[in-house]
Formats: sequence, C-alpha cells, structure tokens
Amino acid sequence: MIDTFVIHEQKPLYRFILALADDSLTLSHRLAQWCSNGPYLEEDIALSNVALDYIGRARMFYQYAAKLEDKGRTEDDLAYLRNEREFTNLLIHELPKGDFAFTMVRQFFVDVFYNLYLEELLKSSDENVVAIAAKSIKETRYHLKRSKPWIRQLAEGTEESRQRILNALEELKDFVGELFEMPTWEQELCDAGIAPDRSALQQPWDDYVQKFLAISDIDYHDTVLRIRGGRDGIHTEHLGHMLCDMQFLQRSHPNMQW
Amino acid sequence: MKYNDTLIDNILYKRIILLLSRFGALSMQVIDKNANKSYEQELANFEQKIADEQKIEPSDWMPEAYRKNVIRQMSQHAHSEIIGMQPEGNWLTRAPSLRRKAILLSKVQDEAGHGLYLYSATETLGINRSEMIAALQSGEAKYAQIFNYPTLTWADVGAIGWLVDGAAIVNQISLQRTSYGPYARSMVRICKEESFHQRQGYEALYAMAHGTPVQKQMAQDALNRIWWPSLMMFGPHDADSAHSSQSMAWKIKRISNDELRQSFIDQSVPQIEVLGLEMPDPEIKWNEERGHYDSGEINWQEFKEVVNGAGPCNYQRIKHHKNAHQEGEWVREAVRSYKEKRAKKQNETAA
Ligand SMILES: [Fe+2]
Ligand SMILES: [Fe+2]
Ligand SMILES: [Fe+2]
Repeated sequence: MIDTFVIHEQKPLYRFILALADDSLTLSHRLAQWCSNGPYLEEDIALSNVALDYIGRARMFYQYAAKLEDKGRTEDDLAYLRNEREFTNLLIHELPKGDFAFTMVRQFFVDVFYNLYLEELLKSSDENVVAIAAKSIKETRYHLKRSKPWIRQLAEGTEESRQRILNALEELKDFVGELFEMPTWEQELCDAGIAPDRSALQQPWDDYVQKFLAISDIDYHDTVLRIRGGRDGIHTEHLGHMLCDMQFLQRSHPNMQW
Repeated sequence: MKYNDTLIDNILYKRIILLLSRFGALSMQVIDKNANKSYEQELANFEQKIADEQKIEPSDWMPEAYRKNVIRQMSQHAHSEIIGMQPEGNWLTRAPSLRRKAILLSKVQDEAGHGLYLYSATETLGINRSEMIAALQSGEAKYAQIFNYPTLTWADVGAIGWLVDGAAIVNQISLQRTSYGPYARSMVRICKEESFHQRQGYEALYAMAHGTPVQKQMAQDALNRIWWPSLMMFGPHDADSAHSSQSMAWKIKRISNDELRQSFIDQSVPQIEVLGLEMPDPEIKWNEERGHYDSGEINWQEFKEVVNGAGPCNYQRIKHHKNAHQEGEWVREAVRSYKEKRAKKQNETAA
C-alpha cells in the first residue's frame, strides 16, 4: 500500500514515543466519559482517577516526543493538531466506552498488558523512557488491583452481568492481538535495547488472563492477531469522532493560548 | 494538583468513618447519662450547648426539627456537588489543552469526593444515601440552582470555577462554624480543595481575558451569564428566606444570605477589574459610606422559576442522574448477588 502520510518517514524513536502517547490519550478520553455516569459515585471517582493517570502518562510521552522531534511543537500541538491518519494508537484504546462490563474488560486486558509491558520498559536503555515507565507502573499495578475484582464480581454476579462480561470478551478479542505485534521499526528499537519485545508478552498475557477467567468458569482462547492497523494510522471509525470532540476548540480557534 | 491520589476511594472513606465514629463514641456516654431526662431538660441542655458554641455530635440528643433542618441543608449541599459534576463534565472531553483537561478532570473528581464525603456525614443523622438520592430524583430535595444553567463555551468552565466555587467558599467558610459537628468538620476539609478550584477557574478565565479578541469575548460573555446566577446561590433576601431565622438561632447557619452575598460581591469586583472585563452589572459602584459595593437587584422571578424546576437544564440534570443510576442498576445487582453467593459459600465451608 502506498502511504500518503508521513508516519513511515518518522524516526523510529519519535514514532515509538508518540504512539505510546496516543495509546494513553485515547484511553483516558474513554475513561473520562464515565464521569457522572458510573454505577456508583465511588466508581465515578475511581475511573476518573485512572483517566487522570493516563492523561498524565500521555503528557509525559508527548512532551518527550516533542523534544525528540525538535521542531518547536508542544504536547498540545501533538495531541490536538494531528489528524485521524496521523494518530497511531493501538485500536483497543480508542473503542467507545460501551457498558460498564465492556469498560472493565478492556481495562482488565490493558492492565494485564501494561503490567507486563511497563516492567520491560523499565529496562530500556533510554533514561527518559525509564522515568515514565517507573511512574506509570505503580499506577498500573493499582489499576489491575481494581479491575480484577470487577471482572469476578460481574462474571459471577447475576446471569445478566455474566452475559455482559461474555459479550465484552467476545467484542474485544479481535483487538488484543495488535498489542503483541512487532513491526520492523519497533523491532529495530528493540534490538537497540530501547523498546520491549511485545511479541514475547503474548504468552504470559494469555496465561494470566486465561487463568484468571478460569476462576469464574470462563474458558478463554489463545490470542490471535486479527484486526490491526493502529500503528499505521488505520483506525476504527470511532477515532474520527473522538478527535472531533477532543480537538474542537483548538481547531475552531487556532493559534491561541488557553 | 492531586491527581495521583489513587487511593481516594478507600482512604477517604476510612477517614470519614474514623472521624465520625470517634466523636460518636464520645457522645454515646452522654446519651446513657441523660437517658432519664425529660424532653424539657434535654432541650435545655441542647440549647445550652448551642449557646456555648459546643458542637452537636451524631449521638447527642437533638430536636427532631434540628435533625431535619441539618439533613435538608447537608443533603442539598451533597446533591449540589454531584449535580455540579454535569455542567463541568460537559467539557471534559473538549478541554483545549492537556493541562486544562487534567485540571478539570481532577476538579470534577474532587466534587464527586465532596459529594461522597457529605453523603456520609449526613448519614450520621440517620438517613442513608439511597434515601437521599431518591429525594433528589423525586425533586423533593433541592440542589444549587446555578447548575441548572448550561455551560455553553469553554469560558463557562473558568467562570464556574472562579465564581461558583468562589461563592461556595464564602458560604462554606461560614459553615466551618456550623453547630453540627460532622458538617463543620467536612467544611474545613472541603474548603481547602474549593480554593484550588477557584484559583484554577480564575486562571483559565484570565488566560482568555488576556488572549485574542475572540477569547476575551467568550470570557466576557461567560461572566455576564454566570454572574447573576452566582449571586442567587446565596438564596433569597434575609427578609424572604423561609429557613433562615430558625437556622440562625440553632447556629446551623452563621451569617445571613445578604451578608454572605455582599462579601462575595466585594471580593469579586476587584477580581473582575484584574481580568480587565466589563462589570456584568452596570449598577456596581463603590459606596464609601457603607464600605461595600452597591449593585443592582437580582431577578428574583428567575430565581424562583429555576429553584422550582423551570430552569434551562433542570429536567436534563435530573434525567441524566436518573439514567446513570438506572443504567448502573445491573452492576449494583451483580455486586449484591456476588456478595450473597460468597457469604453463602463461606457459611457452607464454616459449617
Ligand atoms: Fe465541591
Ligand atoms: Fe461545595
Ligand atoms: Fe469545587
């Protein structure tokens, strides 16, 4: 496929950091949508907290990306002035919040993933990356402590809640594989000791998730790569709408300080 | 900024319980000692405490009307925190910078925390959260009328932080001396966060007022719209206030509506000047003799309408709250069912 956008010309490290920033920003957007909409007031607070952690993470990555790019762009330029084909988050982060079961299953999936991933990212030879990973992993450990009991309570609660969990597992399964995909440019960074090898995390992720779901009598399959494209700027239809919402002020009133 | 306060949900709760139970335990003894006193003796004792500036604690004897009055005021305050999440939440996904987005989300989250804290504090008076929420949804309980106005532009978010949280602080500082102990203590804690809210709101509006002409116009427009409803937050004139005199006598309320409103106006006018915006009320003028700013009359007809349900967003706010509550019902049901199953299992293994 001929790439009409410049993603492939970006330097690998910049591309890598920017992608991690996009992952965090899109997920935080979905989590923030629970504010005043949760099943408990406590849950509004808790999901806002997770959203805040991811906004903080996005900002650290964007700031570093802006520094690497060295063209005078800011974190906000990167977040608010790039288009849908320039965003490179993995698709699982951008999917609409769905019902509470969907949000919690997605969160459980990414929490397990980031617990594995950030642990590896801590070993990066890039000290900026290590600093971000060190701050993030503490948050992510806590997130998993919260998402796990939710999966159990809902999977073992009522017939309806169990069905909703099963539906969410089904809907999300095709988006998991992409988390473990290693494109050539990322493999290069991996060889240089900067980026973790995602593909090596698939087995531990499958083991962890399958073992945990088995407690609730759910038989979960091995991950298969199905829907992919986020890192190449090929998204679901949902991202465009998210950006319309998120970028509206910066787009309608360009070049202003807020 | 405290947006990494990830343990807020359980630490906060533990603190509340500790705080409340400590005082509850102390006053339990008082109840035992007073078990045989007559109503008149109890009342005299209660009134003496009020006169001596002692706090009334959860297990102290109190007249039923006092309990009801405090429940009304505290739950109304809690509901205001919760409903107030909606107009600001309206901008969470559209905040114009990552920094502003983080600050706003952190603020709205604080308000949820205030609501939670106040609900728990109100529960010490023998009402539970579901009863309070039912009263909110039926319209029996009120919340601050200001949240029945829409947030139309980003400047509204700044204006709300500055003016609405500002008005809330003026009121809440006076309530730090309210006679009901748990309410007074919750005001001390909440006020600290409210001043951060006010500062961030003012700062956001300041950036716009000193930005491009379009931004300045947005800031002025927000000030013009939000100013009057902010003044209404203090309630009717003292002479027309239904609950005021009894509340003042019991020291639930410490400073009158009109006095509080005046100090809010006095503090806000110089802040408007620093913003470089026009006064939202052409009658605002310094009165040397009074040592206060004079200002125009509030549209009390509008106030009445909004309080009684006819504001631009009354229906929307309650509908949103009900919808979220109903949509969460299956989750709460699942949690109950899960707990029951666990308890049953534990009983079986114990047996
Ligand atoms: Fe508050
Ligand atoms: Fe408040
Ligand atoms: Fe506030």
